[in-house]
Amino acid sequence: MDLYEYQARDLFEAHGVPVLAGIVAQTPEEAKAAAEKIGGVTVVKAQVKVGGRGKAGGVKVAKTADEAFQYAKDILGMDIKGHTVHQVMIAQGADIAEEYYFSVLLDRSNRTYLAMCSVEGGMEIEQLAVERPEALAKVPVSALTGIDAETAATIVAEANFPEELRGKVADVLVKLWDVFEKEDATLVEVNPLVKTGAGDIVALDGKVTLDENAEFRQEGHAALVDKRTEDPLEAKAKANDLNYVKLDGQVGIIGNGAGLVMSTLDVVAYAGENHGNVKPANFLDIGGGASAEVMANGLDVILNDEQVKSVFVNVFGGITSCDAVAHGIVKALEILGEAATKPLVVRLDGNNVEEGRRILSDANHPLVTLATTMDEGADKAAELANTALADK
Amino acid sequence: MSIYLNKDSKVIVQGITGGEGTKHTALMLKAGTNIVGGVNARKAGTTVTHSRADGSEVELPVFGSVAEAMEKTGADVSVAFVPPKFAKDAAIEAVEAKMPLLVVITEGIPVQDTAEFYALAESRTDADGKPTTTIIGPNCPGVITPGEALAGITPANITSKGPIGLVSKSGTLTYQMMYELRDLGFSTAIGIGGDPVIGTTHIDALAAFEADPETKAIVMIGEIGGDAEERAADFIKANVTKPVVGYVAGFTAPEGKTMGHAGAIVSGSSGTAQAKKEALEAAGVKVGKTPSETADLMRQLLNG
Repeated sequence: MDLYEYQARDLFEAHGVPVLAGIVAQTPEEAKAAAEKIGGVTVVKAQVKVGGRGKAGGVKVAKTADEAFQYAKDILGMDIKGHTVHQVMIAQGADIAEEYYFSVLLDRSNRTYLAMCSVEGGMEIEQLAVERPEALAKVPVSALTGIDAETAATIVAEANFPEELRGKVADVLVKLWDVFEKEDATLVEVNPLVKTGAGDIVALDGKVTLDENAEFRQEGHAALVDKRTEDPLEAKAKANDLNYVKLDGQVGIIGNGAGLVMSTLDVVAYAGENHGNVKPANFLDIGGGASAEVMANGLDVILNDEQVKSVFVNVFGGITSCDAVAHGIVKALEILGEAATKPLVVRLDGNNVEEGRRILSDANHPLVTLATTMDEGADKAAELANTALADK
Repeated sequence: MSIYLNKDSKVIVQGITGGEGTKHTALMLKAGTNIVGGVNARKAGTTVTHSRADGSEVELPVFGSVAEAMEKTGADVSVAFVPPKFAKDAAIEAVEAKMPLLVVITEGIPVQDTAEFYALAESRTDADGKPTTTIIGPNCPGVITPGEALAGITPANITSKGPIGLVSKSGTLTYQMMYELRDLGFSTAIGIGGDPVIGTTHIDALAAFEADPETKAIVMIGEIGGDAEERAADFIKANVTKPVVGYVAGFTAPEGKTMGHAGAIVSGSSGTAQAKKEALEAAGVKVGKTPSETADLMRQLLNG
């Protein structure tokens, strides 16, 4: 999960990283009150999880609280690269002498962490890495030690900070590691990290990504989810513990196992090329169990997607046997009753497949078509979706 | 021959008394695996009763620690079925005990925990500088050497022994591919897992299959996220003489969305299925568009 800047700021503050005052506001009135509270020059910053907001007009310097009110009014509701601005952060104006860059992230390729640091901050790091790679220090961070004082000293030295600043910056890096480790982050980025006119080191803008697998020990993280930007179907699926991603197509997909479901989406997209270019409508992995209840919950989510015209259920019975999956489908259709209105193509293979197919044949549900292979099922589901579209 | 696992492997189960551990201990025994015991500190000294493949009853001892289990049984493989919360401690225990092969099935382990136990395993080396513990997983179906042994959750009844080696990030795609090629059979099929940080990689498995005289050809299954497939492509080009057929899932996955597996995410322009396919093809790997086409490519290869 990616955090908003203000959420990152708050986490930084909680872990002792020096930050400036910042208050989130949802209305111009709140923005004005925040600016009054902070006092002096403030910056009104759109809170969106996408880069380039400055260029889009989402960051404005306000000399007075009334100006903050006006800028907040302009920025709230703005669309920045497809993201609607629901909140702004009113931040204390900074007296910036110099800008630096720092990040620490999970390095998948090397199965450890990587710290990146530069005394040339402020620009996009991807650009710096390409244009002036020698200016970007990259220091591997051991998962056993993290950024301790020694590692921090190496980072600031490799980034070529002037001697007199190294101790001060290194202290901040150790605290940023604390954020990374204690919050179960996979990315902590500060751009820019600044030196103020008074010589203090301050994290001016932060980006944090949190590991969702760590939710069981990070109770506070659930509150950081912005319900407004969640897709309603995704939220419903999540409430039922379903692994669902909404896509922009017409063929609903249910399968077991992440790899097989991803593959099913691809196969349906290929099949769609022959059937009016219909596409997969979602990713839905019901996992190994595939009980009637899980199947019913999954079908319920998919059938509530208005874009869906047909559904492809693609299950390989591994540990679970196909007869259990077939019972699940029959039961799910019973539970849904009249709510089930779209055609279902079912492909079962693997453990006890004959019995599974027999159960579905015997049930003889008018909406269900059986397919014997994944390719055939995908083709049939794409064809049915295309027919339904044409009938409209 | 096979890789990682054979009929002589002595296997213990960490979490043998739990729900998943109990269910899969029974299935692993049925697949012929020589399971010699299990670990649960709170139930040390007790036993669990199961049936072997031939139907005979077996009483498996439950030990207080991996070290004790190794000392008493000579176990050289551990399969961990422990909840995410306890997975790090279980893995560290196996690494500290110098368990030669640790298979972590658990899904949903925080990545910092995996990074930590992986780093620890890498730091514990023998006289030759090789890690004393090889980790497979986490979030994987494990290893199966059909007809000999299973350390994990792969269905053992899909197919039998044969000339194909298989390495995959995904469990169900492994099963699907074994099923498609069930007439030919497999030397070993290994699921390396769909997490961002995993122990054994595609490259490790490819190297092992290359060295295994029984494996005649290799199927490599990848999916979106990271650059493991691109690295594997470089490795194949430089080091693999056996024919390799590939498949990559996730062409239709949108950017920035996690597709079921914690590691299956396209970030910006990196980790796309298209890039992986191109890298593999550039290394001379034939890449199928669908699982069935991939299976056909393998069949053509082996049947000439």
